[in-house]
Order: sequence, then structure tokens, then C-alpha cells
Amino acid sequence: MHLILFIVFAGLCLAGAINLLLQTHPINSALSLVVVMSSLAVLYLLLGAEFLAAAQIIVYAGAIMVLFTFVVMLLNAGREEHTMGSGVARILGFPAVAVILGVIATVILKAQGLGSAALSDPITSTEDLSRVLFRELLLPFEVTSVLILIAILGAVALARPGGDERRVGK
Amino acid sequence: MTILQFFLWSLLKIAVVTVVMLLGIAYTVLLERKLVGRIQNRWGPTRVGPFGLLQPLVDGAKSFLKEDIIPTGVYKPLYILAPILSLGCALISIGVVPFGEPNVGPGGMHLFQIADVNIGLLVILGITSIGVYGIALAGWSSNNKYSLLGSLRSSAQLVSYELALGLSLVGVVMRAGSLNLRVIVESQSSKGMATWNLFGGFQFVAFFIYLMAAYAETNRSPFDLPEAESELTGGYHTEYSSMKFAMFFMSEYGNMITVGCVATLLFLGGWTSPLGELIPAPQNIFVHALMPIFWFVLKVFSFLFLYVWVRGTLPRFRYDQLMNFGWRYLVPLAILNIVATSLWLAYQPLHR
Amino acid sequence: MIPLSWYLLLSATLFSLGVVGFLIKRNLITVFMSIELMLNGVNLSFVTFAHQWHLVKGQIFVFFVMVVAAAEAAVGLAIIIAVFRARSTLAVDRIDLMKL
Repeated sequence: MHLILFIVFAGLCLAGAINLLLQTHPINSALSLVVVMSSLAVLYLLLGAEFLAAAQIIVYAGAIMVLFTFVVMLLNAGREEHTMGSGVARILGFPAVAVILGVIATVILKAQGLGSAALSDPITSTEDLSRVLFRELLLPFEVTSVLILIAILGAVALARPGGDERRVGK
Repeated sequence: MTILQFFLWSLLKIAVVTVVMLLGIAYTVLLERKLVGRIQNRWGPTRVGPFGLLQPLVDGAKSFLKEDIIPTGVYKPLYILAPILSLGCALISIGVVPFGEPNVGPGGMHLFQIADVNIGLLVILGITSIGVYGIALAGWSSNNKYSLLGSLRSSAQLVSYELALGLSLVGVVMRAGSLNLRVIVESQSSKGMATWNLFGGFQFVAFFIYLMAAYAETNRSPFDLPEAESELTGGYHTEYSSMKFAMFFMSEYGNMITVGCVATLLFLGGWTSPLGELIPAPQNIFVHALMPIFWFVLKVFSFLFLYVWVRGTLPRFRYDQLMNFGWRYLVPLAILNIVATSLWLAYQPLHR
Repeated sequence: MIPLSWYLLLSATLFSLGVVGFLIKRNLITVFMSIELMLNGVNLSFVTFAHQWHLVKGQIFVFFVMVVAAAEAAVGLAIIIAVFRARSTLAVDRIDLMKL
């Protein structure tokens, strides 16, 4: 059962990721990213992280990606132009990526003592999660709230048509 | 219980719930037309069947038989995907809603709930947030400025009010100490109406916020700006016809029912009787199993009644007013409610 | 029963696909999406390791990554809107005023 679920959703995940690269229109890429994120949520569920699965759907698929599609629709950005800009990225980039993937894969496959996951594994309850989050890691939690506040201010300041727009534009 | 039995029972439950839900959607439309008719001093549909009771059937047949027009300028894959996504999300989230008491089926299974999930509330919120895509894509793929404006309005509105909606539920979750919908209902079931979160739990501020946010989330009047007829000729579904339009229509009413179910579970005590122990438990086993369903349906029905009542009474908001209201009043109010509830819980020594 | 190395391999593949997207895509928004894909790939390996060592902190790290990603998306998209307003294009090759 676990195997079937893993294969289906890992396949969906990879298909979505590859589709993101192949599509030329940003909205199609955004939607395939939504597919990736939703199937990742199912994989989290398989690994017993149920709160994270819900958070993945709500935060990533439901908020961040909506923001992306919102911006794509707002700017009405058309298809991508195939200029294939820097050759350096293609010549050095692809081999580098392949090497990195190969190294990581060999490390993972060589690793000893990696366990396995099954459907009967215990599920991390939301209570456990919040106990650790609000007792041991309270300070980082509060710091991230400050980060969010700064991000909101930054986003508002950037997106507002300010007085110095004319200077930048023309 | 073997895995085959589990699948069969689940399929049966899903089939029954889907049929009931679709019938519920159809008759909610009739309820709305009748009630709005009465509010406006006319009769509403009366011709088909006694009191117009067969009207939904005819409406369904009408939308099936109409010509399905796909305009040439649309982006076809997304244009077709959008209504499916919308209706799918509206129907899926009912799957975690418990309608009646647990453990009444054979072998101690949940006969009145499709899936008992630990994070049921978050599942509903997550699926609702995916539902935004249906509307957003519908507007964008229609290649029509009214549709695009409607869908931009709608995505902004949904994302903004989801915040207030989620924050308003935190107080309830803190009181119950769980995200499981069944546990939340059981936490308020001891003394009937007096222990409902709405009254005994002092969550009426949260309920008010939830109500406002729910109207906005389901694109209902007075926040029905995404489809404001007078300014946008119908908003995101301007270019849709026939069954695809009907799917949007059904998803709107399906969302209303889901929102009503969530309000019932979280604030109105779910399937428990509002009178608590005043009525002795019925002896007949069938009555005993069906009484919770009756209370649940009654509560959802009164919530839907409120929906239609508000629609028949209030005029539409302006868009900037809507955003102001959401961000400047509802969100701070919800945060204040969380602070007050947690202080109250902290000063209750008997709690936990 | 699934060996956890499969999850780790999937996460590594997602990350690499994200890097490839970052290199070959020419649209600012899609480049940004590739970054999100990389973050998601890393998140999966965090959850896998949390499962391996039965530690909750790995999951909380994912939670923090999500928060940071949300902040990043807000600021990044605001920058994209500002760039589009100034240059009325999203092609990364055309946004080259700072190039020599």
C-alpha cells in the first residue's frame, strides 16, 4: 500500500517538476508546481508528518502559489522568449548539476543504517510539534514573526507606486 | 475489518454522501429562490411540482440540455479544468465532516463520517484554499477583461479573508485542544446549548468573524464582488455556459453547505442536541442513531437560512470597503480574540 | 515498507530539477518558481531525516523554511512587479542595465 502510494505521488511529483521546466507559459509552470507541492504533502503524510502536510497545502499551494498565479495574471506575462541567454550556464551548469546529483545519490545509496518507512509508523501529532516549537524553539519562532513583519513592510514599500518611480523608469 | 471491507464501506459512504450533498445543493438553490422571493414579496418558483419542489430537477435538466459554448479566444485546457477544480474542491471537503455519533456502525466503525482525520479542520481549510485556483484560472483563461477583473478580485478576497477565517477558528481549537472535528464537537457536548462554543465558550466574537469571513470565502452577498452583475456582467463565469456554468453554481452552494457544516461543528455543538440531557435518550436504536443527524441537518439548515436572509437584506460592499473591513477590523479582532481566549484558558486552573 | 533512501533520492532529484530550471528558464517568475522547487526538495529530505531519527525538530525546521519561503515570495514578487513596472518585461536577458 505504502509502495503504491509512494510510486504514484513520487511520480506525480517528478512529472510536475519536469513539466515546470518544459512549459513555456508561466501559468502552466505555476500549476505544475502546485501539483508538485500537493503530492509532496501526501509524501509528508506517508512519513507521518501530518501537520506539515496540511501546512504544505495551506501555505505553499494555497497562499504562495496563489500569489504567484496572481502576479502572472496581473502582469499578463506572455510566453517565454527562447533566447537561451548565457552559454556559460548551459556548458558549466548541466555537468555541474549532474555531478552534484550523482554525488548526492552515491552518498545516499552508500549510507548505512537508513531506516524504512511504513504505514504503521507512529504519526507526529500536532501536540508534540507545538510542544517543541513553543517551549524549546520559542525564540526562533518569535524571530521569524519579526522577519515576516519586515517582509510585509518591504513588499508594501516595493510594490507601491512611489515618488521615485519616474526616476527609475525613464 | 479487512482492507476489502474497508474499501467497500468507504465507497458506499462516499456514494451516499455525494448523492445527499448534490441533492442538498439542488434544494439549497430552491430554498434561496423561495426565501428571497418571500423577502421581496413574491412567491418564488411555484409551477413545477407541489410548491415548486421539483424545480431543481428542471433546472438541472435545463443546464444539461443547453448548448455548451467554448469561445474561440479561451485557453482551452485551463478553461475546462477550472470548473472541475472548483466543484471538486467544494465536494471533497465534506469527507472529513462527522454527521453523527462515532462508533455506531458494524465493528465500531464511523458510519456517519467518511474519514476520521486528526487534522480534519486543517484539511477543510487546505481544500478551501485550493479552491481559489478554480476561480482564478476561470477568469484568466476566459481571455475577457471582466472575467479577469472578477477573478483577480476573488483571489485577493479569498486570500485575505482566509486569514481572518483561520484566526477566528484558533480560539475554538485552543478550547478543545485538538484539530480533530469529532473531539471538537465532543468538547462542547456536555450540557447542550450552554456548553456550545458560541455561548458557553464565549466565542461569539470568533463566530461573528467566522460568519463574515465565510460570506467572503463563498463569494456570497454582501461580499459577492467577484461576480457583481452590475459592474462585471457576471465576473469570472461570464464566458461559461451550460454545464460548466452549472458546475460553478453548484460549487458555490456546495461551499455554502461546507461552511455551514464547519460552523455547526465548531460553534454550534455539531450533532449533539441543543437541549443536552433535558430530553431522555430515545430507546429505539434507529431513532437513537438518527437523532444526531436530525440536529446536525437542522443546524446547517438554519445557517443556510441566515445566508439567504443576509443576501436578501444587505446591499453589496464596495471593493475597497471589503478589503478595509477584512484587514483593518476582522484580522485585529480575531487576534484580540485569540489573546483573550488564551488568557482566559490560562487563568482557569481546572482546565487541564 | 519503503527504504528512506528513496525519499532522499526523490528530494535530491527535485533539488537538481530546481537548479536546472534556475539555469535554463528565461522568465523572472519561472526562475523564482524554480527556487521554490529547490526549497521543496530540501524540505522533503528534512522530513525524511526527522522520520529517520524520530526527532520533531526536523519537521519544525521545515515549518521555518515555509515561513521564510512565504516572506521571500512576498518580497520577491513585489520586486518582480516593480521591475515589470520599470522595464515592462520579465525576460531576465532584457533586465541588463547593470551589466557592463
